[in-house]
Amino acid sequence: MKPVIRKASLHVNQNEGLIFEKSSEGKAAWKLPPLDVPEVDPSSLLGSAERKSLGNMPEVSEIEIIRHFTRLSTWNYAIDLGMYPLGSCTMKYNPRVNEAVARVEGIANGHPYQPEEISQGALQILKTLSECLIEITGMDSITLQPAAGAHGEMTGLLMVRAYHHAQGRPRKKVLIPDSAHGTNPATAAMVDYAVENLKSDSRGMVDIGALEAQMSEDVAALMLTNPNTLGIFEQQIHKIADILHAKGGLLYMDGANMNALVGKVRPGDFGVDVMHLNLHKTFSTPHGGGGPGSGPVAIKKKLEPFLPKPVLTAKADGTLGFNYDRPQSVGRVRAFYGNFGMFVRALAYIQANGPDGLRQTTEDAVLNANYIRKGLEGAYDLPYSTPTMHEVVFSDKLQAKKGVRTMDIAKRLIDYGFHPYTTAFPLIVPGALMIEPTESESKEEMDLFIEAMKSIAEEVEENPQTVLDAPHSTRVSRLDETAAARKPVLRWKPAS
Amino acid sequence: MRYLPKSPADRQAMLKAVGIGSVDDLFAPIPAEYRLSRDLHIPRQMAESEIVDYFRQRSRENGEGYTSFLGAGVYSHYRPVIIDSLISRGEFLTAYTPYQAEISQGTLQSIFEFQTMICELTGMEVANASMYDGSTAAAEAVMMAVRLTGRRSVLVARSLHPEYREVLATYATHQGMPLSVAGFVENGRLNLAELEKSITPQTACVLIQSPNFFGTIEDVAAVAGIAHKNGAMLVVSIAEAVSLGIVEPPREADVIAMEAQSFGVPQGFGGPHCGVIATREKYVRQMPGRLAGQTVDKQGRRGFVLTLATREQHIRREKATSNICTNQALVALMVNIFMTVYGKVGLKELAKQNLAKAAYAAGQLAKHGKLLFSGAPRFNEFVLQTSEDPQEINRRLLRHKIIGGLPLKKFYPELGNAALWCCTELTTRAAIDEAVKLVGKTGASEVKEEKPKAGAEVAVEVVR
Repeated sequence: MKPVIRKASLHVNQNEGLIFEKSSEGKAAWKLPPLDVPEVDPSSLLGSAERKSLGNMPEVSEIEIIRHFTRLSTWNYAIDLGMYPLGSCTMKYNPRVNEAVARVEGIANGHPYQPEEISQGALQILKTLSECLIEITGMDSITLQPAAGAHGEMTGLLMVRAYHHAQGRPRKKVLIPDSAHGTNPATAAMVDYAVENLKSDSRGMVDIGALEAQMSEDVAALMLTNPNTLGIFEQQIHKIADILHAKGGLLYMDGANMNALVGKVRPGDFGVDVMHLNLHKTFSTPHGGGGPGSGPVAIKKKLEPFLPKPVLTAKADGTLGFNYDRPQSVGRVRAFYGNFGMFVRALAYIQANGPDGLRQTTEDAVLNANYIRKGLEGAYDLPYSTPTMHEVVFSDKLQAKKGVRTMDIAKRLIDYGFHPYTTAFPLIVPGALMIEPTESESKEEMDLFIEAMKSIAEEVEENPQTVLDAPHSTRVSRLDETAAARKPVLRWKPAS
Repeated sequence: MRYLPKSPADRQAMLKAVGIGSVDDLFAPIPAEYRLSRDLHIPRQMAESEIVDYFRQRSRENGEGYTSFLGAGVYSHYRPVIIDSLISRGEFLTAYTPYQAEISQGTLQSIFEFQTMICELTGMEVANASMYDGSTAAAEAVMMAVRLTGRRSVLVARSLHPEYREVLATYATHQGMPLSVAGFVENGRLNLAELEKSITPQTACVLIQSPNFFGTIEDVAAVAGIAHKNGAMLVVSIAEAVSLGIVEPPREADVIAMEAQSFGVPQGFGGPHCGVIATREKYVRQMPGRLAGQTVDKQGRRGFVLTLATREQHIRREKATSNICTNQALVALMVNIFMTVYGKVGLKELAKQNLAKAAYAAGQLAKHGKLLFSGAPRFNEFVLQTSEDPQEINRRLLRHKIIGGLPLKKFYPELGNAALWCCTELTTRAAIDEAVKLVGKTGASEVKEEKPKAGAEVAVEVVR
């Protein structure tokens, strides 16, 4: 069989070395205006603190820089090129109006310490976004300060700790399902909680019996992702919340998968006490090759005294300001007020959607995942038959018989013009293929994806080596990660 | 909805393929009592033109058109146009973390170059791909020192950015890391005698900032000498990255925690900015955050991958060096492009202009007050003590669309009527001269002027 690759074809791309390899003395991409104050002699001002040399910093011209980074950019896959079905990452369209409004002068260049009376625009953005997110989550209050999801988790758990401390009963551990993201246990450790694993039942949900057995007055919280990383909504959520609350524990929700819920169901309504959102997932701010993110934490009223400071407040004269007088606050989790530029983008996204658009977005995201599930059932093993929300998890069980694993299938998918799905996660599914299309994919794009995945499944049967050697169409083939880690080369050095 | 690429017919066809009658069936697993049967109470769907209008209005209410003398951890430097041209390319903007190396070589190579330039500028041997910001980078650098030394207490300079100190206190609370603070002396530098006295065999590290919060350049070698003599590590925070163009980097440090916002990143009302940690090669396995490394593919061609992932949360879970996952990648790319544009010569010239502007402003403002900490070198910030309350002075300046130096009473009551002023290459002599004139006019002699009108009221309200 010859595979039919309809979405992608090869095209020439430019080679490009490291910028240091293009540098030579006397080239420049900068020009400063003439100095309008008297020149100074750095050595007399700085003495021995004066720096003499900037080592191997490059010297290149502007056109070289443009070509350098443009060439590098063409070696990347991106949402703008096609479907990016990374499970739990929510690779949706990043609207360009978000970028435009984030660059408006007074918004891009505001200084965090400028007087509040001339910061009302920024404060109004914080307020409006906060109100929207509180309504969307069904919670009572929010902090926008955390810089990313994991940072939000830390902030949330700090508040959990402060809450229990105020109750006079500090607790020792946090329960985390075996399907959770790695950030959950890593965060618990940073807040000095012992991590206790909670197993899933045969349907891929929290094992209620196990939870009842493990729940005690030593448990501070359960960190639950809902829908979980299998894309399954925890149908016993009310029971889970009740079990925790009965023993004084709190329900923490990892909002990584909030794209399955917005406008359809609110975590605050089903018993969640504290949760973080990822504005770079659910609310369309760009992933940018790994950041910046933003991880607001929404909470129920009982946690309100513990919010990081400062908190936004309306003053007597009707203007907005920051309140630092928060004696029970967990403190600051970062300097200033958070990744403000991401707030601007998230608010623009909410405005572009409105209530009807957000609901339709969620419905489309869930419909897309189910369409893919239906399309690939049979070709790939589906370890859990429980209904799927916004993402679906298959396993490589059928392909493994031919020695082909999830990572191989993922690499072959690249040749078909797609970014791979998330591989080998969640950990409870051996050889997982975790697929989240988001709402941003058209039926045509998904049909091509399903066709590609089926074609790969056939290749595995007929010519597994093609899949094992993939990708075949990229600038570089599979890279030697073992060598990279054994003898790390983490920076360029001039040839000596 | 204009972001959704499906026609009603597409949706019908898909529902049919899935084998259900209505999209609501897909939400049936959610207990009915939790399903929302009403619209969210958020602003209605807006046209793109309305969204742009909304943010332009907010911009006008947000210090647009003011001249500022604020620094204090966030600096106004010129941002070359090509930064936004390049980072706006969808291949950078809309890519994920480069885990799939074969189709992420652009991001990976740029991180590798970023790491290299950060090493060149800081004098360190390895740098990571970024941290959230300077404050969290400092806290994580301290935790790194705690792991490396097996000691737990931390000595922090009072001249470290006050908000960085607050963040460190938050991180330290549940790590069993006792913090103590060392003050500063007459010239603004760390009090070495106090350091000598407070450092103990339990001290994991000394954390200072240089240039420190007052703009004063610390005697890093002296601090390092005391720290190392006592078996402690030295962590140096750098908040004003442009200083590295003309100020000798803290080479004696064991870990450097940097905020690179000055390198081409908008002030953005405090974020997103770009933290970085740099250190010695021998400490790399305790460093948090992502790292790009060079390797080869099956054909022996050079390529880059994320490496040493066994330090990270997705592999090590609760035993990871940090919980950090998402970092500040796109902002690090801005920084990378900025460093490439200015390069070896430009960065030095840029830093020299900053030095000259601040020296001129300090000299002029000294006519109306006392320059504190003049006994030690400084970069582009300085502290002016006045007889008049700086809040009053600033109110006067604000009426002329000038934002004066940051009043320090909130953070350093012991300094009295003091304010932290900053000048960069963008501060014009004319602006400095006008500010100086206004600072000199005491409240009594100032003719009261009308306050500028507040911006138009908010057009969109949240319906509750």
